[in-house]
Amino acid sequence: QSGAFGGGCMSGGGNDIQWCFSQVKGAVDDDVAEADIISTVEFNHSGELLATGDKGGRVVIFQQEQENKIQSHSRGEYNVYSTFQSHEPEFDYLKSLEIEEKINKIRWLPQKNAAQFLLSTNDKTIKLWKISERDKRPEGYNLKEEDGRYRDPTTVTTLRVPVFRPMDLMVEASPRRIFANAHTYHINSISINSDYETYLSADDLRINLWHLEITDRSFNIVDIKPANMEELTEVITAAEFHPNSCNTFVYSSSKGTIRLCDMRASALCDRHSKLFEEPEDPSNRSFFSEIISSISDVKFSHSGRYMMTRDYLSVKIWDLNMENRPVETYQVHEYLRSKLCSLYENDCIFDKFECCWNGSDSVVMTGSYNNFFRMFDRNTKRDITLEASRENNKPRTVLKPRKVCASGKRKKDEISVDSLDFNKKILHTAWHPKENIIAVATTNNLYIFQDKVN
Amino acid sequence: MSQKQEEENPAEETGEEKQDTQEKEGILPERAEEAKLKAKYPSLGQKPGGSDFLMKRLQKGQKYFDSGDYNMAKAKMKNKQLPSAGPDKSLVTGDHIPTPQDLPQRKSSLVTSKLAGGQVE
Repeated sequence: QSGAFGGGCMSGGGNDIQWCFSQVKGAVDDDVAEADIISTVEFNHSGELLATGDKGGRVVIFQQEQENKIQSHSRGEYNVYSTFQSHEPEFDYLKSLEIEEKINKIRWLPQKNAAQFLLSTNDKTIKLWKISERDKRPEGYNLKEEDGRYRDPTTVTTLRVPVFRPMDLMVEASPRRIFANAHTYHINSISINSDYETYLSADDLRINLWHLEITDRSFNIVDIKPANMEELTEVITAAEFHPNSCNTFVYSSSKGTIRLCDMRASALCDRHSKLFEEPEDPSNRSFFSEIISSISDVKFSHSGRYMMTRDYLSVKIWDLNMENRPVETYQVHEYLRSKLCSLYENDCIFDKFECCWNGSDSVVMTGSYNNFFRMFDRNTKRDITLEASRENNKPRTVLKPRKVCASGKRKKDEISVDSLDFNKKILHTAWHPKENIIAVATTNNLYIFQDKVN
Repeated sequence: MSQKQEEENPAEETGEEKQDTQEKEGILPERAEEAKLKAKYPSLGQKPGGSDFLMKRLQKGQKYFDSGDYNMAKAKMKNKQLPSAGPDKSLVTGDHIPTPQDLPQRKSSLVTSKLAGGQVE
């Protein structure tokens, strides 16, 4: 049984964290249009902006309000800042391939000037978007009317100097770079290098290195495509650059391994510098072993000393200095092990859950089914299961911990495994880089929770 | 000593074996699930993580059109209305004739995401 701690409190830096509902975004109705399915969630580096991408190719960015000094019992709310259509559906006629507009990943660039930049990607094309504010406009042109029509120059009798006048804030998104035609297979990851000049994109079999300024060229740095496709045994599932070392990146595989590569070693990083793999007892092997060992997400800690991987049933923390086994393993929903047959039949066993660290790397979070999500405190070893549901709608309501009953007598307030709704998956979660604010995406709604501020 | 017991009490022996199997299933629920799956789909291959899965994953989004099939089906349907795609758009072979309505439409207008408070269509 997953050890959900009944009290609902977790220590974080000496203080008990009590999670409260803050906001929920999205439609209330149960009839979910496919385009509205949220496919990625990401805070920017300051935490002021929160971006979501969906299956319809749209990006919505929320901005945190400045803290209201009078109402100091809660942090600023997130409100819509900008929204735009990032990708559109395409059809590759040459290959008879339908290219979905679904946004697979969004990654923010660190802010360098007044504008914000982010990378968004679908299966084939990565785009660099500039989001800028306009709060003044020039007025008083000599040759143009205010509505833009040109004046007859013969009617101009005096000259004036155009001036900037304030206007209602307008947030504009414009595509600045389009990085296309570099991936034969489907892009699953993008990651910006700590040099802030380059980034990587990974598909099922290859990883490419790009320069943010150059769109017509990319370098292939990993290629695991076998000469004979019949020999294909594993694919790349995720990749990320190290947060501090600009020469280091990792990629995970469908076989549960993680390879760390050093770009200084050679131009093509097919030979890893480190291989992280937990040995498996061969007598425990079953038909499902490889499928559930497939890593769906890999994330470095902010410190750069650890990395976290998510496979179907667990979250593992690896010390970069130790390749032969993870230093910590947390069971997300072990009770599903005896349901693998039906989870295989309904394809849920292939669901790709993501995971994330809190700002101080002391707590990790990941999603589960029934709109449950789990947090594991690495210091206290306590964990908690919470639910993203509109039933707990009142702001500053402390969320009640949930518990799943694997078998036997179900206690009051527990939910049995067979009652779990496997259509309600939380695949995407994000943690504010500095504060205890989390964004949790259900199928088509975005929940924001905060810790209780006294 | 246990051997002697087994010889003397064959009835108890089966009881112990049963207990062993149950323990094993308790230790390895995965194996029990695997047995369930194999019972339902006896033809399931021995290499679960191997080529079949991965090839399916790599070929996501592939749609096939065969002009020969298209023309033959059209000839068959001379007097009838052309069948439309139907719910399963992933199979495109002779019987199903792709029509302009079936092809992915370019969005004609921007539909705002409901997260941003967009209108329901």
